[in-house]
Amino acid sequence: MISDQFPALIIVFPLIIAFWINIVGWWWKKPCFYMSVSALTVSFISSIGILNTVITNGTIHYRLGGWEPPWGIEYVVDHLNAFLLVIVSFIGLLVGIYSKRDIEKEMPQKIPQFYSVYTLLVMGLLGMTITGDAFNLYVLLEIVSLASYALIAMGEDGAPLASFNYVIMGTIGACFYLLGVGYLYIVTGSLNMADLSELLPKLYHSKAVLVAFAFFLIGIGIKMAFFPLHVWLPDAYTHAPSSVSAFVAGTMTKVGAYVLMRVLFTIFRPYFSIELIPATTVLGWTAVAAMMYGCVLAIAQHDLKRMLCYILIAEVGYIVLGISMANRMGLTGAILHIMNDALMMACLFSVAGAIMYKFGNRDITNFRQQQLNKKMPFTMAAFTITALSVVGIPPTCGFFSKWYLIIGAIDARQWVFAIALILSSLLSAVVFFKVIEKIYFKPREPVHPHNEVTHEEVVMDEAPMSMLIPMYIMVGGILILGILSGQIISTVIQFAVPASF
Amino acid sequence: MIEYIIAKYNYWIYIVLMMIGFYAMIGKTNLVKKLLGMNVFQWAIILFYVSTGSKKGGATIPIVMGAHGHYEPAQAIQFLNPLPHCLMLTAIVVGVSTTGVALALVIMIYRRYHTLEEDEILELLETSRK
Amino acid sequence: MDVIYSIKPFLAIMVSLVAACLILLTGEKSRNLRESWTILASVIKFIIVASMIPSVLKGNVLEYTIISLAPGLFLQFRVDAFGLLFGILASTLWIATSFYSIGYMRGLKEHAQTRYFFCFAIALSATMGIAFSANLLTLFVFYEILTMATYPLVAHKETPEAIKGGRKYLTYTLTAGVVILLSMAIIYRLTGTLDFKPGGFMAGNASSDMLRFLFVTLVMSFGVKAAIMPLHEWLPTAMVAPTPVSALLHAVAVVKAGVFGVLRVILYVFGPAFLHDTGLWILLAYLVSFTIIVSCFFALAQDNIKRRLAFSTINNLSIVILGAALLTPSAIKGGMLHIAFHGFMKITLFFVAGAIYVKTHKQNVSELDGLGRQMPLTMGAFAIGAMGVAGIPPTCGFISKWYLCLGSLAAHEIVFLFVFLASALLDAAFFFPIVYRAFFKKPKEDINPGFNEASLFMVTPLVATAVFSLVLGMFPNAFVHFIEIAALAVQNIMGG
Repeated sequence: MISDQFPALIIVFPLIIAFWINIVGWWWKKPCFYMSVSALTVSFISSIGILNTVITNGTIHYRLGGWEPPWGIEYVVDHLNAFLLVIVSFIGLLVGIYSKRDIEKEMPQKIPQFYSVYTLLVMGLLGMTITGDAFNLYVLLEIVSLASYALIAMGEDGAPLASFNYVIMGTIGACFYLLGVGYLYIVTGSLNMADLSELLPKLYHSKAVLVAFAFFLIGIGIKMAFFPLHVWLPDAYTHAPSSVSAFVAGTMTKVGAYVLMRVLFTIFRPYFSIELIPATTVLGWTAVAAMMYGCVLAIAQHDLKRMLCYILIAEVGYIVLGISMANRMGLTGAILHIMNDALMMACLFSVAGAIMYKFGNRDITNFRQQQLNKKMPFTMAAFTITALSVVGIPPTCGFFSKWYLIIGAIDARQWVFAIALILSSLLSAVVFFKVIEKIYFKPREPVHPHNEVTHEEVVMDEAPMSMLIPMYIMVGGILILGILSGQIISTVIQFAVPASF
Repeated sequence: MIEYIIAKYNYWIYIVLMMIGFYAMIGKTNLVKKLLGMNVFQWAIILFYVSTGSKKGGATIPIVMGAHGHYEPAQAIQFLNPLPHCLMLTAIVVGVSTTGVALALVIMIYRRYHTLEEDEILELLETSRK
Repeated sequence: MDVIYSIKPFLAIMVSLVAACLILLTGEKSRNLRESWTILASVIKFIIVASMIPSVLKGNVLEYTIISLAPGLFLQFRVDAFGLLFGILASTLWIATSFYSIGYMRGLKEHAQTRYFFCFAIALSATMGIAFSANLLTLFVFYEILTMATYPLVAHKETPEAIKGGRKYLTYTLTAGVVILLSMAIIYRLTGTLDFKPGGFMAGNASSDMLRFLFVTLVMSFGVKAAIMPLHEWLPTAMVAPTPVSALLHAVAVVKAGVFGVLRVILYVFGPAFLHDTGLWILLAYLVSFTIIVSCFFALAQDNIKRRLAFSTINNLSIVILGAALLTPSAIKGGMLHIAFHGFMKITLFFVAGAIYVKTHKQNVSELDGLGRQMPLTMGAFAIGAMGVAGIPPTCGFISKWYLCLGSLAAHEIVFLFVFLASALLDAAFFFPIVYRAFFKKPKEDINPGFNEASLFMVTPLVATAVFSLVLGMFPNAFVHFIEIAALAVQNIMGG
């Protein structure tokens, strides 16, 4: 049955297609886009199939090559994984469709290279999510990193330097993760995550394990852009091509948060991460700092994309805050927020990309002169709805994840966390309403009530359909998934939270 | 104390190498020097892993000489652990690819700014943005 | 008391949402078609709401669940007597405001009319949602949607003052919103439910300090929208909005939603028994009495007509809350009735202010000399509205004030009786000069001595609401059975 092979198919198919895109692209540029989208569609369908199987049958263990763990590499898919697979492949597919016109305009001679590396990037993220082996995760982490270095460097003026800085910092992060895996291998002799979680409890007092844990946290923190290890993110995501920003902003940090959850709760049991070492406490307070820092700095930005990068740093703070509360509600909020944030960030960056596509600049102070609300009404409407979701206004999905995070904070009796959550909502309201004001309400010359208000007919100059439709699918998701969050929690997330909570 | 240092001398060397590389990545402003630091950092980690595969008591590489046709099981204690070596093959490949990508970026940057000092590049970026 | 499952509350909300989408699609291409969507939606909404009256009067409760969000938490509608009262008020007045808006917008040749009608329709949807919500969470969801929908209406004129007004409005309401969110989360964790129950459900669930804290935060944050002093500052500033917005939203929908929220918290979340036992009712009563008296003095000092009316609104909202805080059946009934009756009277007054502005571009009281000769219908309606707010029979304002005074006597607190009477006197003090100036003073040069009313679209609604105020004053149970509904609500809270 092909559905049994979905875990392998989801990785192998894009991998092979990525290779072939490069070859085919030597002669014909046109098929590259279609090959990439078809590979991503296959991944998306496989991920839905996997989610379906996990909901009906429980955790999938897929042994590559038939080798038993811990000697062979194993793909383990439980509810958390399956959920994230669907999200990553969905955003990958939508942004892939979105990217067609954008790439044709920005870098017409590099189309085959772009699509092959993009497909590799999506595949790498899917692999990071699905694997059950710690070293395999390092390999896929590096695939993701290399692909993103290359994609980011294809962007506008400051992009190569930003990418170079990202290379340096990203390598430090990945090497720290590798060191962590190395220490664990030395003391246990195993690389399989499930196996490690069996073997480690006897060794919790050994220094090597503690050091490994510390290396893991720092390494993943760098990859996830968790304050204060976030320094590479604003430059890299601002100067990257629009489609690349849209995709990586929506997914890479979330997959990093997923890896953090795996390390904290699967490899090292919750008892270790919460009580033996107060890692969750430290993470919680740093997350509060991340939220405040991100929101406050976003207010000061002129460039729309840079502002969104700082909001992204704050959103990562939310997710880690949810993880650090270490109770059922907080983790539910964090996992739900992973889904919501992926949609919101991808949509916001898509809007920024559409504005860049049409006007060539993204300076907020120019928004009213350009009469964006008349020329691109649909794009601006998408921006407004997504902005409301980031602020946390019902009935959008952002409200529901904030609701669970606040309940989690109350359950943990951490009133500072709850106050930080609502304060950051207000700060992000300031950030986004500043932009919304500039789009819709900037003061015009005083209107005399006697005159007919004449305006030359401003022709609507909207972004092309292939960019609008993915955007609106994401907006639809933001509106509908919020109301359905009860269903989502009861079918998937409830089982994704580790059972001991 | 001295025995402690001498007995684990390999780990101390790797730590020193790693810190040299780390300092170069952070402290130097020339992009190529940063890259060199990154390489030293990665190679130190690789050496660290490889050294964990070795064993005391004369363990040798895991190849059985003249075993064609004989089917006794090999004694694991005579051979060193090949797994870290395999893992590090992957890591070496990763390191080489990363260096390649970073060098390509350095070439792009040089073509654009004609300098490889980070502070000068930042100044050029500031002026070009105004 | 039966629970009936009916889709009517959901339909009432969806009607204006559908209309909003149609308005957006029609746009500027065909103005008449676009306006007709608004009118059609308002009439259908009124019919749906009115059709629920007989069932609720029998003592039934209409329920409709949209979806379950968490164990014990549903997005759910439940139409009980109090919610129906608010719903009837909002839907009736929307019909009047729709006609009035058409006249106003076209008379001033305003810009961005599509955005205006679109946001108006969504705001009314949200108001219906607030009226019919079954628990705090649903109320909060629609509360925030209302804030978002009314923000573009406040900043409509796009002048610097309008934008500042919009910012202030958002600051106050969003901050209040997040405080409600936090309090709601705490209540949910303490009790496991957020459903409204007549007589309250909180008592005994937590330490009394925590309960007091929650009560104060909830009342004050809903009180931001209900313009309790000192959190009232956004309301006079929001008068930069076009007058139909001020009329329906800031005299009826938004601020009444705030008062509705406060009353729900007092009567259906915490309950009169809790308030009585902890003595919180006296504190609340004194707080709002302060607002009542002080706002009258502010109103006396204002020259701008709309700002004077804004302070009068603040006055009347606190009168409603005082009625609920007194915890006696008559007082609560008076408060609930005042929500409805004051809505009719205040909207008349605002309609008049807008008609004056469109016709003569006058905004200040000092400019109104002799206007009664030119616009007798308009100023006559103003006189009726003013009489109503002051509580003079035979307007409906007298009836609600009567119940409130009875209630304050029953609560054995004479002080509040004096508060009610004093505010009536002060109301007269700042409204009657306007009437006097309009009818009895010599007109200034730029007033046309002949009959020259504003357009029919504007005059008809304001005359209609003024006449309706009179009719309700004489036959309070006419058409929509306000008194019976209020009595039923009070009975459920106190006795049932």
